[in-house]
Amino acid sequence: MKVKVKFFAAPREALQRGEVQHELPEDATVVELVRSLVQAYPVLGPYMCRAKVAVNQKYAAVETVLHDGDEVAYLPPVGGG
Amino acid sequence: MRADVKTMKLFEVTTQPLSVDEVVARVADPGNGAVITFVGVVRDNTEGRQVHFLEYEAYPEMAEETLRQIGDEVRQRWKSVRGVAIVHRVGRLQIGEASVVIAISAGHRPEVFDAVHYAIDRLKEIVPIWKKEVWADGSEWRSEA
Repeated sequence: MKVKVKFFAAPREALQRGEVQHELPEDATVVELVRSLVQAYPVLGPYMCRAKVAVNQKYAAVETVLHDGDEVAYLPPVGGG
Repeated sequence: MRADVKTMKLFEVTTQPLSVDEVVARVADPGNGAVITFVGVVRDNTEGRQVHFLEYEAYPEMAEETLRQIGDEVRQRWKSVRGVAIVHRVGRLQIGEASVVIAISAGHRPEVFDAVHYAIDRLKEIVPIWKKEVWADGSEWRSEA
């Protein structure tokens, strides 16, 4: 299956892309996606530990199971206001 | 009140300059006895360092949804609150420009100050918006989290 992954702020700049399509095994979870992303894009490594993940625009736990076509966003610590 | 105000979004991320009056108008209601506002403004320094400008970036759809969630939380905690509007600007902002305007209305003033305080604290905690400080000799993405 394929998911869309969006990046913002520092990791977006490090990756030089705001979005990638990522291939995953069926029933992969958020934590498996994160591991797979770091393998595919080692430049993301330093940003992984402090980031949260949203699935379809809602904060999601690491054990959340992903589905084909999901929109996943990789969210570094926020800084609005 | 202008006719189009009713159709305006109460929770919005925009690239346009913010007007406090315009955000206050979004919560206009004849039953209001008080509207308390918070305006976040771009400051020219952080920890002694001279800031040239700020660059804000958002995950817009999710940011508007989490702003709406904060509005729901405020109404749950403060039953006297009548209206909540939160508008955040993104893109390049110069010193002195407003980055966020929060307007909360109620029949009477007690409690609403606390509600505004709660709303800005929650915004800084959960809304997917990021801020890059740009100095003369570099830049950095900042977070209070």
